[in-house]
Amino acid sequence: MKTSIKMLALVGLMSIGFVSCDEKTSDKNVATAAVVSSEKVSEVKSEMTKGYTIGDAATDFKLKDVDGNMVSMADYKDAKGYIVIFTCNTCPFAVASEERIVALDKKYKKLGYPVIAVNPNDPKVQPDDTYELMQAKAKSAAFTFPYLYDANDKIYATYGATKTPHVYLLNKENGKNIVKYIGAIDDNVRNANAVKDVFLANAIDELLAGKEVSVKETKAIGCSIKV
Amino acid sequence: MCSKQLWKYFYAMKYLVIIVLIVFASCKEKQTEDLLLKVEDGEKVAAVVSSEIVSNENLIKVVDYQGLAPLLAKRNDTTYVVNFWATWCAPCVKELPYFEKLNKEYVDKNVKVVLVSLDFPDKLEKQVIPYVKENLKSEVILLDDADANGWIPKIDENWSGAIPATVIYNKNKRTFYEGSFTYEELEKEVKSIL
Repeated sequence: MKTSIKMLALVGLMSIGFVSCDEKTSDKNVATAAVVSSEKVSEVKSEMTKGYTIGDAATDFKLKDVDGNMVSMADYKDAKGYIVIFTCNTCPFAVASEERIVALDKKYKKLGYPVIAVNPNDPKVQPDDTYELMQAKAKSAAFTFPYLYDANDKIYATYGATKTPHVYLLNKENGKNIVKYIGAIDDNVRNANAVKDVFLANAIDELLAGKEVSVKETKAIGCSIKV
Repeated sequence: MCSKQLWKYFYAMKYLVIIVLIVFASCKEKQTEDLLLKVEDGEKVAAVVSSEIVSNENLIKVVDYQGLAPLLAKRNDTTYVVNFWATWCAPCVKELPYFEKLNKEYVDKNVKVVLVSLDFPDKLEKQVIPYVKENLKSEVILLDDADANGWIPKIDENWSGAIPATVIYNKNKRTFYEGSFTYEELEKEVKSIL
């Protein structure tokens, strides 16, 4: 009798042990970033400082989409502009953005700003980005926009894209495609539910309202373009 | 209580003690992992760190930008080589051995390598920690801060956000590189600042 009471007590203690073990210490630090000293003296030796800046006229291109058709911006006679997104098949940041890119195309294509996605990676360097795997990606992610193969033409370099995803919002003005916004889709690549600021959508809305784009350039972490 | 009953009693207890010990052992292990996952908060970590955890050279601190910023602004005799990488970034993983080599060979010249992982925090346990344990001896920090547009320009205004990227600095000079290094290139840049 005595023994079984002790056993019961021990079993009880053990289960307490298990429960406390399962508790996750996942408290998150949501402190706001501090302003860093502006005295920072910085020397930059970046290979990729060329490319478009805001206000430049962007070049058109003729690149093969996943259905074998050649696609140019000039094909879209009624477009008011274009959302050109350099992206790829497997970069975690590109993958995390897929649904958002499809949603942007669905919303803004009919308002005159279609998405044109361009994969700049060379499959010889990044084997996940072959033309065949691009076809598979466009199908599995249900892309509603052309997904173009850029490894031969290197349009990304003319634009100055350095990573995937990398967005260029163009506006048609007097027959030219003027760069209006460069950067990220929004302020939280990792978690669509935690987005506070939809940079790209705001910029298109401002163009549609005939206003100047207020936030012209943003930064995001991305996968370096593999060439 | 006769001796036979007493023996039975001890026999039963022996197994219970073993079970309890196993539970405690597995629990301890779990807590260590939990601690690794903990967002750094100076005092709190100091309070819970045990000698066992301090001895773990692969401890990965998880910080937001505010937690990382002091590391990029030290004013002492050390030259810091701060590399931004991720396990999923092929060119980053390719150059990590060069940073490891540098950290080892330049330790007596006051050079310290810090590897800042930009992996998604939910990959820490399954992807980052196993990779670090297997491959890295330099200090590794995971930067968990979704507001990249806020902190990228603070690390360097010319950084597009592509990785790998590296800051090399000491109290006299600071340089920033977006792109990959060979060991020779990396060594040359560090030598130029020493």
